[in-house]
Amino acid sequence: MSTTQLTPVLSDTWDAERPWTLDTYRSRGGYEGLAKAFTMAPGDIVETVKASGLRGRGGAGFPTGLKWSFLPPHDGGPRYLVVNADESEPGACKDIPLMMANPHALIEGVAITSYAIGGHHAFIYLRGEVVHVYRRLLAAVREAREAGLIGKGIGPNGDYDLEITVHAGAGAYICGEETALLDSLEGRRGQPRLKPPFPAVAGLYARPTVVNNVESVASVPGILRGGVDWYTSMGTEKSAGHGFFSLSGHVTRPGQYEAPLGITMRELLDMAGGVRAGHRLKFWVPGGSSTPILTEEHLDVPLDYESVGAAGSMLGTRSLMVFDETVSVVRVVSRWTDFYQHESCGKCTPCREGTYWMKQVMHRLEAGKGLPSDIDLLLDVSANIAGRSFCALGDASAVPIQSGIQHFRAEFEAGTHTPAHELFPYEASALFSEVGAR
Amino acid sequence: MSITGYAPEAEERLRGEAAEIISRYPQARSALLPMLHLVQSEDGYVSARGIALCAEILGLTRAEVSAVATFYTQYKRHPNGEYTVGVCTNALCAVMGGDIIFERVSEHLGIGHDETTEDGRITLEQVECNAACDYAPVVVVNWEFFDNQTPTSAIEIVDELRAGRPVSPTRGAATVGTFKEISHVLAGFEDGRADEGPAGGPATLAGLSIAREHGWRAPGTDGDGGAVDATTDVPDPYGSAERPPTTPDDTDPAGKRGPAGEGATAEEGKQ
Repeated sequence: MSTTQLTPVLSDTWDAERPWTLDTYRSRGGYEGLAKAFTMAPGDIVETVKASGLRGRGGAGFPTGLKWSFLPPHDGGPRYLVVNADESEPGACKDIPLMMANPHALIEGVAITSYAIGGHHAFIYLRGEVVHVYRRLLAAVREAREAGLIGKGIGPNGDYDLEITVHAGAGAYICGEETALLDSLEGRRGQPRLKPPFPAVAGLYARPTVVNNVESVASVPGILRGGVDWYTSMGTEKSAGHGFFSLSGHVTRPGQYEAPLGITMRELLDMAGGVRAGHRLKFWVPGGSSTPILTEEHLDVPLDYESVGAAGSMLGTRSLMVFDETVSVVRVVSRWTDFYQHESCGKCTPCREGTYWMKQVMHRLEAGKGLPSDIDLLLDVSANIAGRSFCALGDASAVPIQSGIQHFRAEFEAGTHTPAHELFPYEASALFSEVGAR
Repeated sequence: MSITGYAPEAEERLRGEAAEIISRYPQARSALLPMLHLVQSEDGYVSARGIALCAEILGLTRAEVSAVATFYTQYKRHPNGEYTVGVCTNALCAVMGGDIIFERVSEHLGIGHDETTEDGRITLEQVECNAACDYAPVVVVNWEFFDNQTPTSAIEIVDELRAGRPVSPTRGAATVGTFKEISHVLAGFEDGRADEGPAGGPATLAGLSIAREHGWRAPGTDGDGGAVDATTDVPDPYGSAERPPTTPDDTDPAGKRGPAGEGATAEEGKQ
């Protein structure tokens, strides 16, 4: 069996000297994509990105060029690009290292995308809990402005203006949902809006707006520089191109692996040195806590949108969390449920109330004090949240519980009589060997 | 003293910086989140006078400003310590050892979640996933990364902080700034430290190192932008409870957007 090879594109400069600086980026071909874009008509850029098959790297997988093309015709008023840099999904850790190591890849993508959609002011909404990434983005925008790459009077005819504002959030997972992000960027509580209207029609300040993930936007310069054929030479027919696969948990060498879509978990695990020494895989998730749990039988599923979907999960943000046999599924699901309860914005009753009650039930199952009816109760409550909330957070909160019970029902049943930490001593899961809790 | 309760020099400075923040946005209210970070850079939390100042500058009521301030976990409703020590106890970090780290640090300092040591140095928090899962278990100090922690290493960090000695993040500036200094950066003011620290740690470079070892590269670029048929099945990327368009507002760009978010619950404390 031939091994899929890694394809460092966005990560290719990360081992260079000070890769976050404009000098380094330009010495490695940086901003050539923008130069190419300025030789093209904006509409042709949209068509190129459509033809590349690039799909949203923030998890949903919606075709990026198609999203751009949903903007209504120009009416003389402003339109905006907003970059979703609020990476907060449990397990997701790709955009933050990308922006820390090479913020200019994103800035170049922002410039090209803005030019393509006819925007003159773009925003990067960064979660607030990563101050060093904020420093690097602020510095990169300043460098680009000083070099005349963005600002006033750029573009093929010297008549295109582009301002970029980097905005720090303040701690709220829900702001990764695109309409909550827009409300937050408008200085409000970050709560999702009812759609339609979609942001393409009425987004930031009720103006036509494109909201794209960091990695999606950062992939655009390469597509212009390398061309559609180059981009589609990586990945699968319907899941084109390269993407980050972020391995974490009980693997020997966790980290960022930039590969063509369609690589398998088995290949990635091999490259990462396998499950930690002396242990074996119990379960994993392909795309963060909001994607259903998978097991060993799914190791050969190609990690592309279609195949992972067909296997009963979702590719999501390619955040591959690995848990070995020491880990209690009930404990993990309980903690993810805490997370969704904590981050529910409170707007929709099923999500606000349902996550609260699922948390109570999960806590008593983890403590070994569950009731015989608890599994049915969890399935009932979760089914009453999924599909009954404005945004995907409610749907996501049901996922760990439903998929956990599907694959590991016996562990939930054990929660009616035995605490999880007795079945799976928590010290055994820790990565350090120091004596743990008393 | 003005009605906001700041000394005149401080208020003048804050108003000047607020004006600079507002100038970054097409509409002034967008400046509210960074302005609340600015308030924390002055007062160490979102104070009543800070809320009054934001409200006055932006033409909002204090209730409107409070409603925003209480939604986000980084805004503190009581004076924060000089350093926020956040231990990630979301599922993955918790399992990899974050729970044990939090328990040991909590015991060592004698404080729990969202509590501050008597000397005012440290506020301890259980934080949610901070996008550094490949470095689990993770601790953040004033939102700088301390990767791959153990109970011993985390206790060393808090002991250094309490002794007034600088600590160095794994990925971040050379040393960790105070809560007020970091809040000022989060308000969007550069502190000249972007070039400090590495591009990333070993996990960031894990895949790239393997690619270099094996001589793997992305395919050579040929610059040929020929179109291909990229027809795909378009998935529904949105929440599942959407309604079909029913009114002109749904499709008319000039129409008003959906109801503004009015929250039903205040942010609840963790566990």
